[in-house]
Amino acid sequence: MTKKAAPSGTNPAYVLDRCEAVPAIIGNPDDFLFVSGLAGTAKDLASLTKDGANYFGMAGAMGAAVSMGLGLALARPDKRVLVATGDGELLMNVGALATVSILNPPNLSILCVDNGHYGETGYQKSHTSLGVDLEQMAIGAGIKSTCTVDTADAIASGARMLRESNGSCFVLLRVKPTDPPKFKRNMDASASRVRFRLKLLGHV
Amino acid sequence: MAASSAKSVNAEEIEVSWQNALYETLKEQGVTQFAYVPDAGHRILIDRSLADPDVHSVALTTEEEGVALAAGAHLGGARAVLLMQSSGLGNCVNFMSMIKGGNFPFLTLISMRGDFGEGNPWQMGMGQAVRPILDAMNFVTLEVTEPGEVVPTTVAAATMAFKSGQPVAVLLTQKLIGAKAF
Repeated sequence: MTKKAAPSGTNPAYVLDRCEAVPAIIGNPDDFLFVSGLAGTAKDLASLTKDGANYFGMAGAMGAAVSMGLGLALARPDKRVLVATGDGELLMNVGALATVSILNPPNLSILCVDNGHYGETGYQKSHTSLGVDLEQMAIGAGIKSTCTVDTADAIASGARMLRESNGSCFVLLRVKPTDPPKFKRNMDASASRVRFRLKLLGHV
Repeated sequence: MAASSAKSVNAEEIEVSWQNALYETLKEQGVTQFAYVPDAGHRILIDRSLADPDVHSVALTTEEEGVALAAGAHLGGARAVLLMQSSGLGNCVNFMSMIKGGNFPFLTLISMRGDFGEGNPWQMGMGQAVRPILDAMNFVTLEVTEPGEVVPTTVAAATMAFKSGQPVAVLLTQKLIGAKAF
């Protein structure tokens, strides 16, 4: 796989590099339980946590990340849960935002890394490159704490929302369509499940 | 509702009775997350979960959310149940691959349509596909046809799900819940 450059004609709002912006907006990864959707965000978080035991990442089940994070957040109100999802992953089950908003667990933070493209399948444009605004969809779903981060200056306020919001929050991080970090992660969902529970619960 | 008016008062009482017993059973089995898309067949369970401050009552926009929710609950040490109609199973199939691949425990109660005595042709396709889909995804499937079987079958299903780590579906058949009149 060669590193893809941003195709010409890309929306000028997509300027941040995910390899820098995602670690910057999350900060210390030990402060969260993580669930990620497949593809780009799975690699972002595997790289950030060194495929750690506080991370469950998918390599399929596209559209499942937000709902899985909701179940985890409801189960563990004492821990802050961060869901990382891509624009394509979230669009596949965007109604999950409506379900989150009516439960509104204060320990659930959603980070949507929006590169406007389906990076895993060859950088075809997604709906967000063509006018769809996922922060507006989160607002419409009823999520009270939302923001869009598309410049380096805005990362600090987005980071604060992910850590301190007193209701479920949604942070849209716009990045240019370039590859996530390369990291060889464990793709065995059962092993990831066992590892996660052993660390969190002390038993399988 | 046509379903209610078609039933005798006695049948209505029996249904209220087994649905209440089913709710108590699920709570005794440690279920704290009740996920559902509204359905007449699960009416009392849904209403009781909404009124119960000790559980999370999670109204979904599509049933597949409930599959992922249950997996997330398990990661955090909690137990969930997905209440759905047979038509909703079709929405769940891709997420069921995560249950299978990750060996997640999973419990769903499916109120059947498109089966015994169905009068709506739109329900037949999914109703008849329920068992082949559950078999294809390696689910354990139990069937309830009599009110007296509801509680013991649910206890058996919850035990296989939460103690043996299996994906288990309980089919609440139309012999139990009746066929909706059209």
